[in-house]
Amino acid sequence: MIWNENKECMSRDEMTALQSSRLVKIVDYVYHNVEFYRKKMQKLDLMPSDIKGVEDIAKLPFTTKDDLRDNYPFGLFAVPKSQIVRVHASSGTTGKATVVGYTRRDLDVWAECVARCFTMAGVSREDIIQVGYGYGLFTGGLGAHYGAEKIGAMVVPMSTGNSKKLIAMMLDFGVSAIACTPSYLLHIAEILEKENKIGELKLKTAICGAEPWTEKMRLEIENKLHISAHDIYGLSEVMGPGVACDCSFHKGLHVCEDHFYPEIVSSDTLKPVPDGTTGELVFTTLTKEGLPLIRYRTKDLTSLDRSVCECGRTSARISRFKGRVDDMLIIRGVNVFPSQVEAALLEVEELSPHYMIIVDRINNLDTLEIQVELKDAYFSDEIRGLETLTKKVGHVINQNLGLNAKIKIVEPQTLNRSDGKSVHVIDNRKIYQENQGV
Amino acid sequence: MISKQLSIFIENRQGRLGEVLGVLKNNNVNILSLSLADTTEFGLLRLIVSNPALTAEKLVKEGFSAMLTDILVVSIEHKSGSLQGALNALSDSGINVEYMYGLSVHGEKATVVLKASDLKKADEILAENGYSTLSAEEIVEF
Repeated sequence: MIWNENKECMSRDEMTALQSSRLVKIVDYVYHNVEFYRKKMQKLDLMPSDIKGVEDIAKLPFTTKDDLRDNYPFGLFAVPKSQIVRVHASSGTTGKATVVGYTRRDLDVWAECVARCFTMAGVSREDIIQVGYGYGLFTGGLGAHYGAEKIGAMVVPMSTGNSKKLIAMMLDFGVSAIACTPSYLLHIAEILEKENKIGELKLKTAICGAEPWTEKMRLEIENKLHISAHDIYGLSEVMGPGVACDCSFHKGLHVCEDHFYPEIVSSDTLKPVPDGTTGELVFTTLTKEGLPLIRYRTKDLTSLDRSVCECGRTSARISRFKGRVDDMLIIRGVNVFPSQVEAALLEVEELSPHYMIIVDRINNLDTLEIQVELKDAYFSDEIRGLETLTKKVGHVINQNLGLNAKIKIVEPQTLNRSDGKSVHVIDNRKIYQENQGV
Repeated sequence: MISKQLSIFIENRQGRLGEVLGVLKNNNVNILSLSLADTTEFGLLRLIVSNPALTAEKLVKEGFSAMLTDILVVSIEHKSGSLQGALNALSDSGINVEYMYGLSVHGEKATVVLKASDLKKADEILAENGYSTLSAEEIVEF
């Protein structure tokens, strides 16, 4: 099934024409409604009329997460606050969150994109779908929710945190589709396997995202649960989940190109690279009203394929993610920047400024350990004192990152000192390395 | 009298305790008593040694987290109920014992190492109740 055959199966020429006319409009729109873009374009001596179609897109300036931070919270919104009906927020590189806003029409477009993605994964109005992404500031829960409702499926808004209840409802309701992070689904699968309940499942499809994963993991989910598993991609700055998703042929993720214009640029020169070449993914939102973004650098490394897919869709596909341009980590679906951890630890007087982040995946769940050193003056030879401190650090990290971390006090002078570019992260999951091999 | 104990923070990894003891051996430090408190992540090694200040210095030089901690070494009768008497005296005065371990037994006498919430007050209370606390020299000679 294809949700919107008209848009998803457009000929390349029609798509380019549609994107071009929308790009011309959005450039004119941001020039007149967002001071940040007007100034940026003026600096480049660029007028909206200089952009006549997608062939001119490289003339436009980039937008980064730092630009959103510098204009925190609402500085890049193109409409008065009265027209914004919802905000979401994600991790910023430092203390401040990245805030995004949606008009009512933006929410409609978002639901439309998610509906396309879920339909790609085989979801229809006949399905009962559990949304196992967090509801709240994170775009995952509400994004998936509205898309599933648009299709007309029966939505069970599970959110995160209670596997036992999720499994009970999955079995009792006869849940046929689930949207959650792939690692969480594998975790659920293992519990079901142990309890010998896989045979009782009505589950047939899963739409997993919010973290990078591998083809191997996807097949493992499919084999364990006897379902089809799909990769959904998105980021809050651009919209949220639903920017792209893979169809039943699993040969890349179809981008909702009529709403988000994708480019791949060289991570060194920032110049566009040919299709098929790996580089940084850049999106221009073509229809967004609340927070339109021009050439937003996702920092995700992937490649683009504009050939027609076996499923009949003509939309451009992005490959599995090969890495990040920056040092952002995605842990249990939550974006984490080492700089955030550093800023949080600086709040704790007892700690030295050295730290090490160790990420691993144990029983399919991401683990986060933060190793810290104590300042000599704060050393206690009482276990109670050290444990109180560990708890305090854990609390500060949780408040700043929204994640529970295991805090480990290590012996002084054992953590990497900043000799030039010091290593602060050990990621034992090796997800990107695996994808680079595929 | 308040005495000094050597406290060493040790990560829970294989061989680390042996490395500490190696430093002590190389510096001819004799251990009079020890206690090892362990959690899943780390251990705290508490030592009564002949020359705690010098030993701490050597350990720090070798990259260990060693420090001197104030403690009391309490001399008690080596008979049933004598330790309880000392502890009752402390708790009646609102003093909390953080940790304690045995130091030695010598004929009619025994000694315990004790860390309390208020060491100075604990020392006074113990004296008032007829318990003596040992000085550094007395500990070595005991």
